[in-house]
Amino acid sequence: MKPQPLILKILNWVSGILLVIATYLAIIWAPTEAVMGDVQRVFYFHVATGWVGMIGFLLAVFSGIMYLIKSDLKWDTIGLAGIEIGLIFSFINIVTGSIWARPIWNTWWTWDPRLVTATIMELVYLAYLMLRQGIDDPIRRARFGAIYAILGFVSVPFSFLSIRIWRTIHPVVVGSGDPGAEGTFDMTPDMQTAFFFSLFTFTVFGITLLWHRIRIGQLQDKVEQKKLELMS
Amino acid sequence: MAEIIVQKLVKRFGLKSVLKGLDFEAKAGEFVGLLGPNGAGKTTLLRILASLSRPTIGLVKVAGFRLPQQAAGVRASLGVLSHQTMLYGNLSGEENLKFFGKVYNVGDLETRIIEVLDLVDLAKRRRDLVRTYSRGMAQRLAIARAMIHNPAILLLDEPYTGLDQDASLMLDAILKQIAAQGRTVVMTSHDLVRTAELCSRFDVLSRGKIIASARRGEIPRDGLLAFYRQAINPEREVENA
Amino acid sequence: MPKQPSLTSFWKAMWAVVWKDLSAERRSREIFSVMVVFSLLVVIISNFALDLNPKTQREITAGMLWITFTFAGTLGLNRSMAIEKENNCLDGLLLSPVDRTAILFGKVIGNLLFIFMVEIIVLPLFSIFNNINLLNAGLLITLVLGSIGYVVVGTFLSTITVQTRTGNILLPILQFPIILPVIISAVRASTFFLQNQPMELIWPNLNLMIAFDLIYIALGVIFFDYLVEE
Repeated sequence: MKPQPLILKILNWVSGILLVIATYLAIIWAPTEAVMGDVQRVFYFHVATGWVGMIGFLLAVFSGIMYLIKSDLKWDTIGLAGIEIGLIFSFINIVTGSIWARPIWNTWWTWDPRLVTATIMELVYLAYLMLRQGIDDPIRRARFGAIYAILGFVSVPFSFLSIRIWRTIHPVVVGSGDPGAEGTFDMTPDMQTAFFFSLFTFTVFGITLLWHRIRIGQLQDKVEQKKLELMS
Repeated sequence: MAEIIVQKLVKRFGLKSVLKGLDFEAKAGEFVGLLGPNGAGKTTLLRILASLSRPTIGLVKVAGFRLPQQAAGVRASLGVLSHQTMLYGNLSGEENLKFFGKVYNVGDLETRIIEVLDLVDLAKRRRDLVRTYSRGMAQRLAIARAMIHNPAILLLDEPYTGLDQDASLMLDAILKQIAAQGRTVVMTSHDLVRTAELCSRFDVLSRGKIIASARRGEIPRDGLLAFYRQAINPEREVENA
Repeated sequence: MPKQPSLTSFWKAMWAVVWKDLSAERRSREIFSVMVVFSLLVVIISNFALDLNPKTQREITAGMLWITFTFAGTLGLNRSMAIEKENNCLDGLLLSPVDRTAILFGKVIGNLLFIFMVEIIVLPLFSIFNNINLLNAGLLITLVLGSIGYVVVGTFLSTITVQTRTGNILLPILQFPIILPVIISAVRASTFFLQNQPMELIWPNLNLMIAFDLIYIALGVIFFDYLVEE
């Protein structure tokens, strides 16, 4: 395997440093929210991980479309990397949300549109991984995976809408608020700084992880190719 | 005029190349046998000719149509028979033919069904469910299915697999009759003697290429095995000599 | 001269697939009977598992109905596609000079008819068991809209799962997260119809189902070729 390119090495360090600063900003530097107290601090990482998770899934959909057009396995590797990153960050997103919800909504879990939609997206892409496991032929695996990644993603807004029609109590902090939402708050400038810094940090971190995952995928392909060469 | 032309055909599955620059040709009315060890690429070649699989690189022309661009034209002029019957067990023999006839848009289907049932000698059992058929009968009905739209070209993928002695002899007779009607036939098989006697020409495939070819009668019956072994593994033959 | 696929041959092939599935089913009744009996078992098990008072039971009838169809439907979809794989009939279909979409639509229509037949049997039974009149025009419309989305996605995905090593087991895992919005809207609309709620509450659910159905039919048409060609 080729050694890590210089940019990736730099990214490793930058991600680490950024994560330390972001943690400091979120936990110590940002002011305590008046009504909710310290638990509100989870919000900085909650939104940032959700954002990275979404980017991962979107990347997978984009790669799926590219794969179907180009039939190049490179896109399959990228798509899989996107989905794995997406699954992990969405999971953190859901867990941090749950920690926040316990004192604020007085429950770990509620059937709110965003919560359920995030969970359903996890389930769609867990199903994606199971589907991949069931197919030996790499071409077929890539093709079916690409199609399922797209079909699954199209359903996500429908899930959100269908539950939204049902009911919602999730706060909308960024953008227009729903008057019925519980736990809404206005960000002070310092909070905004911590928020956007955290968003930036996790984006850089996500990209770094994605890069590493794609390199591992390429290595796997190489191993498979060597195996085939030995057999034939 | 050649009915099937294949030039420099490469088929890759992911990183694995199954066909590696294969050239092949079958003239109108020829009955070509394809021999070769497992994994040589016989079935892959047939699936590409049948438009079920896309060529990675190379020219493939069947009945004057390019593949994969003009697949619909190829499909209409092609009958395919494999060791899997492609028949529905819960339909009768007649219903199976009726279904495929409709899908192929065959004109005057009733008459055609009677014709092909006579060809494979299944008229008596036509109302029985296919799942009650013996393996040999099912395979005969599969021939009728492949012939329902009167195709100019027939592709046979190991049609003898699983047939007993009697059923094989019957299949021989039917295939001879079909070939005598001027159709182009390509058949993969593991049976050296049968292929050499049935086909007007046979090619030997190994590692994704055609490496030897012979016309009927060119090689005496007891020399077939030696010819085949020499073709697929020339080095070992040298060692033994 | 071989014919190019035309609109007539498209219809002919599509209905041939439907006719074939119905004829085979009329003989064996293996899809229909399994789905109906399974539905009854769900009703009975849930009755004892939940042990509800009659009023609650009536309130959740629509939900129970959709749970039943969702799970029973998987069995039918799986079997319907397994038949195509049994003697490699799917290749037989793909070898024919018809538009692949005709094959997909043929299978979808066949599967829809099976589900409708099951629904026609199960609805009156549900009415009797739960002491509630389910023969409601609005509910029937909801059943049609919901079943279409369910079957379109299910038929498409069963073409995928039938080609995997694990086979049929995967179908519900792949299908349920995608069809969740249809089920949610269908349950909501069904409940509202049964409670005689005003239409402005019901319309958003119906609209969502219609949009879902149309989009997934379109996606099926776009992607089916990629599913079956190597």
